[in-house]
Amino acid sequence: MTTVSEIFETMAYGPAPESDKQAREWLEKHAREFGLFIGGRWVKGESGESFDVLNPATTERLARVTQAGAGDVDAAVAAARRALPGWSGLAGHARARHLYALGRALQRHSRLLAVLESLDNGKSIRETRDLDIPLVARHFYHHAGWAQLVEAEFPGQRPVGVVGQIIPWNFPLLMVAWKVAPALAAGNTVLLKPAELTPLTALLFAEIAQEAGVPPGVLNVVTGDGRTGELIVEHPDIDKIAFTGSTEVGRTIRRRTAGSGKRLSLELGGKSPFVVFEDADLDSVVEGVVDAIWFNQGQVCCAGSRLLVHEGVAERLLGKLRARMEKLRVGPPLDKAIDMGAIVAPVQLDRIRTLVGKGVEEGATMWQPSWACPTEGSFYPPTLFTNVSPAATIAQVEIFGPVLVSMTFRTPAEAVELANNTPYGLAASVWTENINLALDVAPKIKAGVVWINCTNLFDAASGFGGYRESGFGREGGREGMWEYLKPKWETRNAEVRTRNKKPGKATVSRSAFRVPPSVPPIDRTYKLYIGGQQVRPDQGNARRISGPGGSLVGEVAEGNRKDIRNAVEAAHGAASWARTSGHTRAQILYYIAENLAPRAEEFAGSIDAMTGGGREAARREVDAALTRLFTYAAWADKYDGAVHQVPIRGVTLAMHEAVGVIGVACPEEYPLLGFVSLVAPAMCVGNTVVVIPSEAHPLAATELYTVLAASDVPAGVVNIVTGGKDTLAQVLAEHDDVDAVWYFGSRAAGTDIERASAGNMKRTWVEWHARDWMDASQGEGREFLREAAQVKNIWIPYGE
Amino acid sequence: MEAKRNYEIGPDPQATVPTAPPERALRMYPGPRRNPGTILDMDLVRALRVNKSAVERRAATIPTRRTVKKEWQAAWLLRAITCLDLTTLQGDDTTTNVLRLCAKAKSPVRRDILDALGARELGIKVGAVCLYHAFVATAVQALQDSGIPVAAVSTGFPAGLSPLPQRIEEIKASVAAGASEIDVVITRAHALAGDWEALYDEVCAFREACGGTLMKVILGTGDLATLANVARASQVAMMAGADFVKTSTGKETVNATLPVGVVMTRQIRDYHERTGHAVGFKPAGGIRTAKQALEWLILMKEELGDRWLRSDLFRIGASSLLTDIERQLEHFVTGRYSAAHRQPMV
Repeated sequence: MTTVSEIFETMAYGPAPESDKQAREWLEKHAREFGLFIGGRWVKGESGESFDVLNPATTERLARVTQAGAGDVDAAVAAARRALPGWSGLAGHARARHLYALGRALQRHSRLLAVLESLDNGKSIRETRDLDIPLVARHFYHHAGWAQLVEAEFPGQRPVGVVGQIIPWNFPLLMVAWKVAPALAAGNTVLLKPAELTPLTALLFAEIAQEAGVPPGVLNVVTGDGRTGELIVEHPDIDKIAFTGSTEVGRTIRRRTAGSGKRLSLELGGKSPFVVFEDADLDSVVEGVVDAIWFNQGQVCCAGSRLLVHEGVAERLLGKLRARMEKLRVGPPLDKAIDMGAIVAPVQLDRIRTLVGKGVEEGATMWQPSWACPTEGSFYPPTLFTNVSPAATIAQVEIFGPVLVSMTFRTPAEAVELANNTPYGLAASVWTENINLALDVAPKIKAGVVWINCTNLFDAASGFGGYRESGFGREGGREGMWEYLKPKWETRNAEVRTRNKKPGKATVSRSAFRVPPSVPPIDRTYKLYIGGQQVRPDQGNARRISGPGGSLVGEVAEGNRKDIRNAVEAAHGAASWARTSGHTRAQILYYIAENLAPRAEEFAGSIDAMTGGGREAARREVDAALTRLFTYAAWADKYDGAVHQVPIRGVTLAMHEAVGVIGVACPEEYPLLGFVSLVAPAMCVGNTVVVIPSEAHPLAATELYTVLAASDVPAGVVNIVTGGKDTLAQVLAEHDDVDAVWYFGSRAAGTDIERASAGNMKRTWVEWHARDWMDASQGEGREFLREAAQVKNIWIPYGE
Repeated sequence: MEAKRNYEIGPDPQATVPTAPPERALRMYPGPRRNPGTILDMDLVRALRVNKSAVERRAATIPTRRTVKKEWQAAWLLRAITCLDLTTLQGDDTTTNVLRLCAKAKSPVRRDILDALGARELGIKVGAVCLYHAFVATAVQALQDSGIPVAAVSTGFPAGLSPLPQRIEEIKASVAAGASEIDVVITRAHALAGDWEALYDEVCAFREACGGTLMKVILGTGDLATLANVARASQVAMMAGADFVKTSTGKETVNATLPVGVVMTRQIRDYHERTGHAVGFKPAGGIRTAKQALEWLILMKEELGDRWLRSDLFRIGASSLLTDIERQLEHFVTGRYSAAHRQPMV
């Protein structure tokens, strides 16, 4: 027994445990056995299979939970499907009341949820109490608001349908909220699978939702491991999959859902940079690092795990950091005076140990504080690596543990280069007292969230999500709502077998460019259009283009993979297009229209000759293309971002940024309008494109070369490769330096493209259902702009 | 006045601290050593950066990342009492209430409570009493043989705007009357104008007038407009020889706040790392509850370390705080919530 007198001398911290009595009573009330929550009822799993859920801090068994099988998932999907008409048919106000009630109910149970979360996951009670649970409630209140406003603010939209949601173990309940709140607000019904390591708060959430009166079937919770996840991913009657977890699993999901018509949003891994410039408040930087990498034991997808420091202050900062690390406390998660709790499971602890071992083996210098971690349970101390090169495994791989690697830079440009030297792009933190530098660097870092002089701030009003292999889609804010809505006119992709007319069989003549017989017109040789030049195709072959009666209307170059490669290089070379002003981009889009208009009859003639749809229809198409160019010229300086209302003294700027290089495979119908409808919005937002025109009717696009060249379109902004559409699109989909692929064609090729996109997790927009390109509500507008942009949220606290 | 940084001033702290296990070393520390100050390093002062939002976030988690319960809380509260500058600075102060204050300073906690805590032999008494010059002689006499220092607020407290010669004379008068600590106030105008040379000169003059007497420098942080100014003023005061930097007079509209405490303790840490001189910290004004006292102790332990949890390097300037601490101690002993009127009046 430590006496008051002794403590008076040592001034040590003592134990400060939070009681787990209430949580244990809740577990006992359920006899520590849990079924599945399907159709508003608790049911046993069909197979009778179940698994243990352990407390990672003590290895004690907390409960036994059901492994859901195929029949269970079927039942849950059916329940959600049955509930969909009623739920989506409710007035927004009624759904708002439900979500509001959920938010209130969660707050009423906040302490139980916080303690249960800590027991199940091993994270500290301070974090669950002060961060997780308040944010959970905040998400439901915020989205109660969206439910109220959805009809007015998202006109012409409807819910996507039945949504399968698969969430990770690092923020078990917070991820429930991030997934369920927007889905329900928009009118979807949900099938949720919590992680098998941490299912308990999701089960308690289901119980709370049941008590709060959420109608049966609107929310279904099934537990299980990856096998259950697979059943959800592959279920034919699910309209959308929302997943948060590792990039590896995200890749698998992308492949497995290819061609299914399921919508997808993926929030994946990261190796986020934490950039410190020489004029930063270094003591505050140290606390920032604590919040970046020693928050939640470093098991955070957006953890600032790569410390990039200006070389002039690196030693000072690292000295301060080591001193701070000595003062961190690792211990029982329910102790109210610790900084870090337990690692979620032995398997994760092993992974951390292995990677740290690898770091040492590869020559980096490891430093850990002098104190010791608890030996029972899964604990790992805060760890700092110095002398790390960008090539080191620990500098590249997501460790998902309390391990920080540090590197130095010399200039802001080098800092950006190092920051972007990763396949990921989830988040970044930038520390400087110079606002010019901060606001210059933030847009240059490839990340969905950039925190200026802060880190790991989250709020329901601000979108969260990644660039590159950190996934796509946003959670939170207006941008997050779009993930759970689709246009009213859109049929389910999955219901449609194929949308396009089958393209004419390509016949490739081996004899290079053919001169037409008899009365010779002046030969018009269509090459490829790459980097602002008309260039010959790599293989020197041409493709015969026939009219409706089979007559030759022209020949175009037969592009191949090397031509695509060259076009992608050229598109990257024109990246400064994204930095031109909206006004300039508008001027150029207007100029294209201006130069196209005098040649309207000529283009109409060419279209008619290819499609045989009649001269009048062809002329209408040209006019529609001219209108569309005006539409995106109009949008170019108006596709504004937003300033989100987050609860800090500061601003959160939601900026629309170009996706980068987009590969576009145009629809077969409307040879000119299809091309313009896709290329113009991409250009409007600042992307550069590699376009594959309609395979059967490419001549309208090839005629456009001269229009583009005459309209001051900078070289490389638009690159056009004619040839076999599906083959070329596949090359684009497989290209790791292409940021997005848009494909409008057959389901079979679309499936291949979605699957291939998993290579670098590029965004895809693949459609084989019908779309009326002549109808402005389907053929243009915000939907296209959203596909052409990604939202970057920049958090800027201020105050002096 | 500008000059290069000098790292050579002062003895190596390692050399003067007796070698002993850390917890013993704390106890055996030989008492306050004076901060000799340094030359004014304007490069350093100008380079100081403070990010307000980040500091506020840190301050907000000081009370949420750490807590002490039960025996630990009782022990920490006793420690807080020993760091207390029991203060009265009212216009209606008279000998009567000053004498009452001195009596309370000598036995700040009821004997039965100390016995129940097993803390009788600790000899708990406050860190100092703090009052106006007029009562220094009275307090010195009342506290003779108690070992409790008498601190006098000085230099035209609280605004510090009397003529400089009078302010210097005021210090000398209090020293002559037997004050062993002088709490001086700075001319806030110097800080607001960025005239750090003038501030340095002023504090140097105060330091000289104090002679061997311990000097606490009140920055009046509520008047300094920005946290960056707080950081700069702290550094300049330490360079000029402050033994303590103190937040406030208690008369500003905003007094001791945790963000200000975070900034000042970080400057103390930086000064110590650079020069080897440990400067003390005194938050004052608005600290009324035992919970707040614990938060300040946690701040000291986290930002500066255990060495700064002793009265030679940490003081809390407060009047009514003691009564709340006594109530909490009684609650710990009896398990029942206590009342202020159960504690002997200050």
